[in-house]
Amino acid sequence: MSVVRRRKPSESDKPSTSAPSDDDISGGGTTTGKEEEGEDSKRKNKKRRKKKPAADKPPLPPGPSPAGGNDGDGKQEEEEEDKKGRRRRRKASAAKWSCVDSCCWFVGCVCLTWWVLLFLYNAMPASFPQYVTEAITGPSPDPPGVKLKKEGLRSKHPVVFVPGIVTAGLELWEGHQCAEGLFRKRLWGGTFGEVYKRPLCWVEHMSLDNETGLDPPGIRLRPVSGLVAADYFAPGYFVWAVLIANLARIGYEENSMYMASYDWRLSFQNTEVRDRTLSRIKSNIELMVATNGGHKAVIIPHSMGVLYFLHFMKWVEAPSPMGGGGGPDWCSKHIKAVMNIGGPFLGVPKAVTGLFSAEARDIAVVRALTPGFLDNDIFRLQTLQHIMRMSRTWDSTMSMIPKGGDTIWGDLDWSPEDGCSPSKRGRGNNETESDDNLAQTTKVRYGRIISFGKDVAEAPSSEIDRIDFRDALKGQNVANTSCRDVWTEYHDMGLGGIKAVAEYKSYTAGSIVDLLSYVAPKMMDRGSCHFSYGIADDLDDPKYNHFKYWSNPLETKLPNAPDMEIFSMYGVGIPTERAYVYRLSPAGECYIPFQIDTSADEDSCLKDGVYTVDGDETVPVLSAGYMCAKGWRGKTRFNPSGIRTYIREYDHSPPANLLEGRGTQSGAHVDIMGNFALIEDILRVAAGGTGKDLDGDRVYSDIFKWSDRIKLNL
Amino acid sequence: MSPGIVTGGLELWEGKACAKDLFRKRLWGGTFTDVLTRPLCWLEHLSLDNQTGLDPPGIRVRAVTGLVSADYFAPGYFVWAVLIENLAKIGYEGKNLHMAAYDWRLSFHNTEIRDQSLSRLKSKIEQMYASNGNKKVVVVPHSMGGVYFLHFLKWVETPTPIGGGGGPDWCSKHIKAVMNIGPAFLGVPKTVSNFFSAEAKDVALIRAMDPGLLDSEMLGLQTLEHVLKVSRTWDSVVSLLPKGGEAIWGDLDWSPEDNNYASCGDLSKRKALQSPDDQNSTSGGDATTFLLKEPIKFGRLISFGKAASELPSSLLSSLDQKDLILSETKNSSTLSCKDIKTEYDEMNRGIIPKIAENKAYTATTVLDLLRVVAPKTMKRAEAHFSHGIADNLDDPKYTHYKYWSNPLETKLPDAPDMEIYCLYGVGIPTERSYVYKMSPNTRCNSIPFRIDSSVVGDDGDSCLRGGVYHVDGDESVPVLSAGFMCAKGWKGRTRFNPSGISSYVREYQHKPPASLLEGRGAESGAHVDIMGNVGLIEDVMRVAAGATGSEIGGDRIHSDILRMSDRINIQL
Repeated sequence: MSVVRRRKPSESDKPSTSAPSDDDISGGGTTTGKEEEGEDSKRKNKKRRKKKPAADKPPLPPGPSPAGGNDGDGKQEEEEEDKKGRRRRRKASAAKWSCVDSCCWFVGCVCLTWWVLLFLYNAMPASFPQYVTEAITGPSPDPPGVKLKKEGLRSKHPVVFVPGIVTAGLELWEGHQCAEGLFRKRLWGGTFGEVYKRPLCWVEHMSLDNETGLDPPGIRLRPVSGLVAADYFAPGYFVWAVLIANLARIGYEENSMYMASYDWRLSFQNTEVRDRTLSRIKSNIELMVATNGGHKAVIIPHSMGVLYFLHFMKWVEAPSPMGGGGGPDWCSKHIKAVMNIGGPFLGVPKAVTGLFSAEARDIAVVRALTPGFLDNDIFRLQTLQHIMRMSRTWDSTMSMIPKGGDTIWGDLDWSPEDGCSPSKRGRGNNETESDDNLAQTTKVRYGRIISFGKDVAEAPSSEIDRIDFRDALKGQNVANTSCRDVWTEYHDMGLGGIKAVAEYKSYTAGSIVDLLSYVAPKMMDRGSCHFSYGIADDLDDPKYNHFKYWSNPLETKLPNAPDMEIFSMYGVGIPTERAYVYRLSPAGECYIPFQIDTSADEDSCLKDGVYTVDGDETVPVLSAGYMCAKGWRGKTRFNPSGIRTYIREYDHSPPANLLEGRGTQSGAHVDIMGNFALIEDILRVAAGGTGKDLDGDRVYSDIFKWSDRIKLNL
Repeated sequence: MSPGIVTGGLELWEGKACAKDLFRKRLWGGTFTDVLTRPLCWLEHLSLDNQTGLDPPGIRVRAVTGLVSADYFAPGYFVWAVLIENLAKIGYEGKNLHMAAYDWRLSFHNTEIRDQSLSRLKSKIEQMYASNGNKKVVVVPHSMGGVYFLHFLKWVETPTPIGGGGGPDWCSKHIKAVMNIGPAFLGVPKTVSNFFSAEAKDVALIRAMDPGLLDSEMLGLQTLEHVLKVSRTWDSVVSLLPKGGEAIWGDLDWSPEDNNYASCGDLSKRKALQSPDDQNSTSGGDATTFLLKEPIKFGRLISFGKAASELPSSLLSSLDQKDLILSETKNSSTLSCKDIKTEYDEMNRGIIPKIAENKAYTATTVLDLLRVVAPKTMKRAEAHFSHGIADNLDDPKYTHYKYWSNPLETKLPDAPDMEIYCLYGVGIPTERSYVYKMSPNTRCNSIPFRIDSSVVGDDGDSCLRGGVYHVDGDESVPVLSAGFMCAKGWKGRTRFNPSGISSYVREYQHKPPASLLEGRGAESGAHVDIMGNVGLIEDVMRVAAGATGSEIGGDRIHSDILRMSDRINIQL
């Protein structure tokens, strides 16, 4: 909505910019040629004629009158050849004045136009953009809130939002000298003004301590609390706002909605250690259930919030001190449904590249948002290193490394999605056919999440000669003095290590973890205390009581809450990163030694060195849907109490025109929060509906087919 | 923390068509732009239902939550922001600071019924207590928040369903100290005038904020009537009416502030002289000159005509309430004025002169007066608030929630380790009583009473200015109201404080900012600006960091609160 409104001034830009300038020219013309023109100029347009009364008035003082630009004078010159000397004299003065004068006129016009636009914008009725939109695209459908209110739905269950990585705001509570004056200002979210003003200071404050994964000394950056934390990410760029507005329509208010904001940079358990975030969520849910007549809460996590909430559900039932001590039936008592939006249950491949070479398309959404920043002069070419150094201190990114290893993500020769058809429906018809053809002909080995060189990515496994990198000695630090200021762990690796990594040729989900702990040992040391990426053989093993397993759906059981429902809601129809072709960076020592090989390009799913599959642009269908489609379906060992699961897919259709902003039918990872169908589903459940009332599953992709191909002991 | 009246922001959740695009925008607080663009719409949304004191149908305006709700009232006009910033410097952050925002328009008990604000506050305090290593909580209420928190203290220990069911030792377990900033424990006289004729200088901060609006043409000359109508739907205002009646606020001939040097002229003198604190003694000497003056009868909260404010009581005719009530109550106002109906319309115009006839009202009779002029409001509100003094606190009727916010009708909780502070500014003339006149404008609907601003004191220095008698205070709350409970009512072991909670009075002498550059000053004593007073912030931080009242120096007194308190004879 707001995007639409914002767009408006530029819409009205064209007509009104041209209008005043017309006026100015004609105005100038009239003032100069006034006396004689009055009679003979019948071909003048109406606008001119309107000005006639003014022409009857006594002539203006000579100074300003010839102002009317050169054009006007030139035209008049042709028409009026029988003019008197007086006229000549005036023209001479006009020539003298013209330069300064036209300048002034120009400035004047710009100011006037600007002022008029501003005035129009402010005087415009607030609903004006809507009229424009409706005039062009026809009447827009009621927002789901209005529609469902007419159907008689009213607020019933309290709602808890769990925002994902990157989308929630962080504000400064204590900082270094360079951040003075930013107290309680948002460093993350909002306008990002500070990024431009003092980028290094910003990076310093956003980073965490490399050893502990907590605050560096002297810096305290804390999550914004309340609904404002993540309703808009940046001005005009909604995240939760649309959903909140629609919930309010059916009677929700701040008392029955809660934004469980947390510091998304920390590992999940550390949010509890540092901020008591999990305890606060627990007590808030308890309070909301108590104050809303005992109706259980509906939880709506988005993106990484899904994993965070998975962690929460285990935490809350675990005995204190490690857990929340809520007792084994806490979840069944307090939670009605968990409606995961775009959940990377099994991780996302782009997290790997984000950590490996800081090159993923959006883990650092920074890049998408501020592309200028990344290439700007201050950082020169070391921007990526800065980003990488910063994001490697964020433990939470490690929660999204692909989980389940080769069993889920495929090995060297096999992957559940074999066959390339990333965008069966998303694109135009012409492409659809070619894609289908390719799907039959090519067999893409998605299992190789990272391969060095395109030929390696395509060769059968028997032909790949791999040299084990794990034993390779790390050489001396090659990049010592010159690159000190931007330190990444690559510098500790040495050339030998880098070569060894490249020699191994291709990595599957299983070996990726090894790879990362080889190239970034400190980070992975820290991370391995908090996250785990395997598949449990025996879930009753007491070691699985440790909190590092809690966010991995393949190593935990769901709580014992048979009445609960789990929804997995995600967009499909957008090509999503799945596997990468890498090469050694030619630039040498100071840089990150690996790069995505953007020259590897094919018509099919391989674009710019990235193999894509179906998904929501960030999370592949497999990761978002597998657990609900198969892993938890029915009574499995991961879901011993038989919690019902539902899959709700939303096919992506791009906004019809620019006026629609980010669209009401989008399936993209964040934009899906404005998808009317999804909002409607949420509203129905919040008002008391069950998964059955929503008609159960709603599937567009091949998720069931793929899930069946995964051989996992259930 | 718990903010006071007016300073917490309110945002719109559901509104009429005229406020369509304002979803989750602040109606109160922030820039107030909507006041200017559509004043009538704005007023409509801020009003509550006249019958129930809750939301009118189709409109939901709710308190903003979180620290943002009251850190700045309007851009650049800090309320809590300075304090928050300073607390952050010693390590506080989102997890151990909580702003207990509530809808300040509702009566206290209704905040629980509609929004469960009290339950939320309780659970927040418990949660903060638990997650900060079982350290007790320091509560910092401001202004009306002081009264609200008093209500909370009783509520939380009362068994469900009317109470919070926290058990009798909840307070002693969870609360370390209550640091009331500018608390209006015993009410504020300016509420009376606000209620009576919407003329107080600042309870409706609106006027200070948007003077232009009040006189704007859109509302015509009826601005005051509009404001009166809106603010009369706010039950909470009633909680600020003077409590304790004549025993506290003085009767026709007597008042606790009589004769004392902190009054009137001396006040301004002291302001001038005392900027360096060490000149205290000088001002004391100076002040004796004023002792000769005839005492001002502050007890007469409202008098009609200056003469009435000064006459000996024997010459005043007394008001016979029954007379008024029994007299004919036919609506005599014309039909043309239907659009702005205040309760004055329902009053017989005939009795208005009777009210005014050379009379003076004390704190007790003012209530009767209000009952006559605003029967509906008072009826609604008196179900929620009480303004008397309890004779016997053990009387079972005092378990009713309407007594909870009146410190003179409740006992403090049984929490001997708790501490109560009264922190307030002194040295600013504060409204105490009013001289009224009949409004000359007898047009329909106009408010029939006006403060007689032509009345000034005999000498220029007097405390009667613009029809208002002033005493020492923080510009809104007189010293008496802010300090009496801590200075006397709760000091030691009294019947209001059976467990002997220690109470401290901390006063902050007002010094206006030295230059414009200083903004609102770091040593201000004014009601809201005091939140930026360095002395006060330091005290709050010391206590928050673990100090006790005696460690920060016990009482710190500039005014005559102790003497005033001594003159009040109530049974303790």
